[in-house]
Amino acid sequence: MKVLVLMKQVPDTETRIKIRPDAQGIVEDGIKWVINPYDEFAIEEALRIREKFSGEVVIVSLGPKRVEEAVRQSLAMGADRAVIVESEQMLEPYLVVQALAKVVQDEGYDLILTGKQAVDDDSAQVGPMLAARLELPQASIVIKLDIDEGAKKLRVERELEGATEVVELPFPAVITAQRGLNEPRYPTLPNIMKAKKKEVKRIPLASLNLNLPPRVRLIQLTPPPERPEPTVLTGDSAETAKKLAELLHEQAKVI
Amino acid sequence: MSNGVLVIFDQNQGQVRHVVPEILTVARELGVGAVTALTFGVRASETLETLGEYGAAQAVIWEHEPFTRYSSDGFADAIVELVPQVDPSVILFPASAWGKDLSPRVAELLGAGLVTDCLSLRTDANQRVIATRPIYAGKALAEVAVETPIQMFSMRPNINKAISHPVKPQVLDWTPSIGENSFRSVVVEVRQAESGTKEVTEADIVVSGGRGLKAPENFALLDQLAEVLGAAVGSSRPVADDGWVPHSYHIGQTGKVVSPTVYFAIGISGAIQHLAGISGSKYIVAINSDPEAPIFKVANYGVVGDLFQVVPALTEEIRKIKANS
Ligand SMILES: Cc1cc2nc3c(=O)[nH]c(=O)nc-3n(C[C@H](O)[C@H](O)[C@H](O)COP(=O)(O)OP(=O)(O)OC[C@H]3O[C@@H](n4cnc5c(N)ncnc54)[C@H](O)[C@@H]3O)c2cc1C
Repeated sequence: MKVLVLMKQVPDTETRIKIRPDAQGIVEDGIKWVINPYDEFAIEEALRIREKFSGEVVIVSLGPKRVEEAVRQSLAMGADRAVIVESEQMLEPYLVVQALAKVVQDEGYDLILTGKQAVDDDSAQVGPMLAARLELPQASIVIKLDIDEGAKKLRVERELEGATEVVELPFPAVITAQRGLNEPRYPTLPNIMKAKKKEVKRIPLASLNLNLPPRVRLIQLTPPPERPEPTVLTGDSAETAKKLAELLHEQAKVI
Repeated sequence: MSNGVLVIFDQNQGQVRHVVPEILTVARELGVGAVTALTFGVRASETLETLGEYGAAQAVIWEHEPFTRYSSDGFADAIVELVPQVDPSVILFPASAWGKDLSPRVAELLGAGLVTDCLSLRTDANQRVIATRPIYAGKALAEVAVETPIQMFSMRPNINKAISHPVKPQVLDWTPSIGENSFRSVVVEVRQAESGTKEVTEADIVVSGGRGLKAPENFALLDQLAEVLGAAVGSSRPVADDGWVPHSYHIGQTGKVVSPTVYFAIGISGAIQHLAGISGSKYIVAINSDPEAPIFKVANYGVVGDLFQVVPALTEEIRKIKANS
């Protein structure tokens, strides 16, 4: 099984977001960059597939110079090699898909895994959109993945609101990972050392000759609305509980 | 020129989620033409009454095989065939697991731009839509426009009001052809969560607990409060990770995002990843023994105290209020 994992580098979830003065992006100074948490589940799953069926795990990432660090971490988890599409700009999902489609078609694959969404722009589009672009079947938000190699079929469980859905599909396919799929491993020291020597191929975005017009235009970023000053109650539990119930009933009128 | 709004959603045995009336209302209020609703599956025609109540002028209902079982590629192919018949300028989906699975696939096949998880939509002077959506888990808001002729958006549940506007929908009798290579990824089974558990993303009130509850059995305190309030129960991540509650309870940046009218954070410190999941709440109520807990910075109402004392007392007080009103 040859498994490609699409991995994005994103700001650590602890990051406090500061909007740039031109309102077209965020201030990147001081941000700690990490592997998108959902992509970690995808990497882990790919490694388990290789352990079971043998084969190869290739990381595919798109971004500026700094993504090298997340790529090396993915290799330290155990991936075999990586391809980086070098792009200084942050691209909208559709353009990312067009770029990645070219790269993965050149690579070849049995399965493409990625996270259900990236926790920066939270678009949740790349997985299903790439599947459509490559005319592959898909299953997103997956919490369990079983492979029948002989029959070339997958059986997955998807997490819905208030239900779990079982889906069967043939592969090659695109699968997006949800928390619960597995518990990602930590890189071991020997693997961190080995990762430094693993092959990383770099492809400049311009060499893909995309030249496509954008489909979505950012007008501006704004900070979220401020929350009002809190009313804080202290003292005897019975009294504060009574007071809180009154406030919710009479002031907020929500109960 | 294309106009009107096509609203595409799932249904279960004739029942729709709350988000459907919300989206139909958004669709109508855009004022860019008639609203057409499209839905699928067993007993889908029983949704017609709701569709009419919320102003859908036209409805397309695919109840027959193979639409009885969801298929991302099968449904997407069929939708792409329908779109030229309806010729909408805007297509809306719910930003649910279902909508997030299907909408990017449809967008790519139609060559249309898509904006995920929108809070609100408005139109500019040229009748083009401008969407507002959270990014970085709500730590910023983005205003975006779609540049393609068809503009696609998925809408976050529980944000927009559903406003009734009764009409009698005309049922458009049009059936797509099913290609050989379609319906490859197909649902074979759906397991509903135990009955009685309310879905946090749709609830008007959410009662949520964290490590301050000290032990799994103490969630019974929250169940009792939730019961008098008619609320759903949620949690912070560590208590879900430790198996005190099911994973579906987990709220935050890497869990569910909720936007209830009232969110009770009980024994939850208010870590930045947790706050990311609750920032859309109208009122946040914090109950915590530590006056310095960051949750108080975002709360509308806070009680500094021992939850084991405050929560039972609060449950009793609310029971009294409910009994008198
Ligand atoms: C990549 C990443 C993603 C994450 N995603 C999420 C996420 O999506 N959601 C999430 O919730 N967390 C997430 N976390 C974890 C997050 O950082 C916090 O660790 C977590 O939210 C803390 O949970 P808590 O508030 O229940 O526990 P704690 O921080 O331990 O807080 C417990 C609170 O209970 C109070 N308390 C204790 N006893 C009592 C009492 N008797 N009465 C009243 N109050 C009491 C304490 O004062 C304290 O404030 C994530 C972390 C990482 C690194």
